[in-house]
Amino acid sequence: MIEYLPFLVVVAMILIGLYAVLFRRNLIKLVFGISIIESGINLFLIILGYRDEGVAPIFTSLPSGTMYPEGMVLPVPQALTLTSIVIGVAVLALMLSLVMHIYRKYGTLDVQKIRRLKE
Amino acid sequence: MTILEFLLLHSPALIVATPLLSAFLLPLVSRIHPKVRDIFALVMLGVTSCFVGLLASDVLSNGPRIYVFGAQDLNVPVVRILFEIDAMGIFMAIITMMLAGIAVIYSWSFLHQQDGLDKYYTLLLLVVTSALGMELTGDLFNFFVFLEISCIASCALIAFWVTEGESLEAALKYIVVSSIAALFVLFAIGVFYGQYDALNIASLASLLQFTFLDKIAFVILLVSLGLKAGLAPMHMWLPDSYGRAPPSVVLIIMTATLASFYGILRVVFTLYGNVLTTSLRFSLPAHVIVGWVLVLLAIVSILIGVIMALVQTDLLRLIGYAAVAEIGYMMLAVGTSIAALGAPYATVALQGGLLHIFNDALDIGLLFLIAGAIYYATKKRSLDEIGGLARSMKFTTIFFIVGMLAVSGMPPLNGFVSKFLIYESVFQLNPLLSIIALLGSILLLAVFVKVLYAAFFGPELPSLTGVKEAPRSMVLAMGFLAACAIVIGLFPNLLIDTLVQPAAGALLDHARYISMVMGGL
Repeated sequence: MIEYLPFLVVVAMILIGLYAVLFRRNLIKLVFGISIIESGINLFLIILGYRDEGVAPIFTSLPSGTMYPEGMVLPVPQALTLTSIVIGVAVLALMLSLVMHIYRKYGTLDVQKIRRLKE
Repeated sequence: MTILEFLLLHSPALIVATPLLSAFLLPLVSRIHPKVRDIFALVMLGVTSCFVGLLASDVLSNGPRIYVFGAQDLNVPVVRILFEIDAMGIFMAIITMMLAGIAVIYSWSFLHQQDGLDKYYTLLLLVVTSALGMELTGDLFNFFVFLEISCIASCALIAFWVTEGESLEAALKYIVVSSIAALFVLFAIGVFYGQYDALNIASLASLLQFTFLDKIAFVILLVSLGLKAGLAPMHMWLPDSYGRAPPSVVLIIMTATLASFYGILRVVFTLYGNVLTTSLRFSLPAHVIVGWVLVLLAIVSILIGVIMALVQTDLLRLIGYAAVAEIGYMMLAVGTSIAALGAPYATVALQGGLLHIFNDALDIGLLFLIAGAIYYATKKRSLDEIGGLARSMKFTTIFFIVGMLAVSGMPPLNGFVSKFLIYESVFQLNPLLSIIALLGSILLLAVFVKVLYAAFFGPELPSLTGVKEAPRSMVLAMGFLAACAIVIGLFPNLLIDTLVQPAAGALLDHARYISMVMGGL
């Protein structure tokens, strides 16, 4: 049962993030929500590549006696996660700067009041 | 090895690398002179188009191509990224290059008084890079990366008129929606990786078992890519961003939207191509269920698009809703061909749908450019504030009539050809569907006739007496699209025989796509 715990955390994080995106009225919290979803998905990728007692997948500095490649955690999901984190930072910065500009224009962060685009 | 052979060999990499590098060179180049920058952007797109043309001629005559980034020896079990280019991918790349070139020519005049244009062209080239990457890649994670690049760059472009609150709002809506969609695409990729240890589309397609998790991933991929493609009921961001971005930007966002649409095709036909015929519950094969779901979404898109377009007064927003309807037509054809997989009319439907992608790019692109020309000349968006423009903007009026007839599928223009193929094949799936599709076209015509009378005919408004025709480069861009619409309408076989048929064939023949990679590994 305990080995499923990380996956439950992933699901919980995605749901919390979706809740924040869908139901919170503050734009900053909405951005947080997206950030939480992203962390959940990054965690999901990391868990996929994890092996019990695995070492870091650096071929040239394997501790003596480790089985290759079974003793290492999978390198691909880590590369994916790294890429995804970098992209996430860019998206987060862009979203926050947009929120900043919107606050200057509208004087509020409430999504229900920022509704000049209708229909 | 001659230079031409060398260029052909590396053209998949060059197609993505040229716009990417020139995007980052642009701020430097624009230090020299703004004119140099404008020319540089167009020349670099021209160079990329040459590579696309070179690759297209090779792919169309010799079949799919693979390009390997990383370990060349396919027997070494290391990570590498494959680009796999078939007729479908190159067809989309040609559409992308066409839209991008037109957008740059149009921007020369349309935006010439604005500042920040070095960043504008940088972002424009980045969106082009991402769309080309999505269309050429053979690797799912690579697809995700390009998807995210397109999110970020198009969002920044939508907010180009940053002094308007509405465009900020549209940009925020776009990035929230599309980054969530992209994150769920990544989730689906994680699901695949966890099960099959592969990220390559071809090897995943050969391994796919259609387990419960695969079904979840399928739904997630369809929903998130459909969201990026603007399919109803996930269309709400599309009229906002199309209506508030500068019209030249709309053509660029359209390349990203169409690339996401291509993603749906790739997922359904290639990634799940092997398992589409397995039967699910009630002994219904999966492709019937998926096809009908897509058909219903398409019908909803058409109806929502035309009905909402009827009530709009903002011209750009109105065309945005028409774009939703057009995406509905594309999806209707694709859904029909999936639902009827194997039947002779499935191929016709797919050809109609693919031709309609091209026509949608031409027609909706043309209409947005016209709306932009009106905005440039009058600085007004609302249909209530403009009128009698036919006297002062003769070329624009003629182009609008062409665009109007083309988008509502009137002969002898290009929209008629693809819509006729769609009606004909959809009729064989269910006659009711083609009646709704026809009705949608008629309503679209009604919408645009209303615009024609409101904006171009009628008495000249006193506030618009000094209005002049749009500048030359804008007329050139609109004229090119209108001429394409007429030529394709008169000689549709030029396009169908050379590009559309091979593309449809490549989508339906997923075994060949898979064996290209799996044969070598």
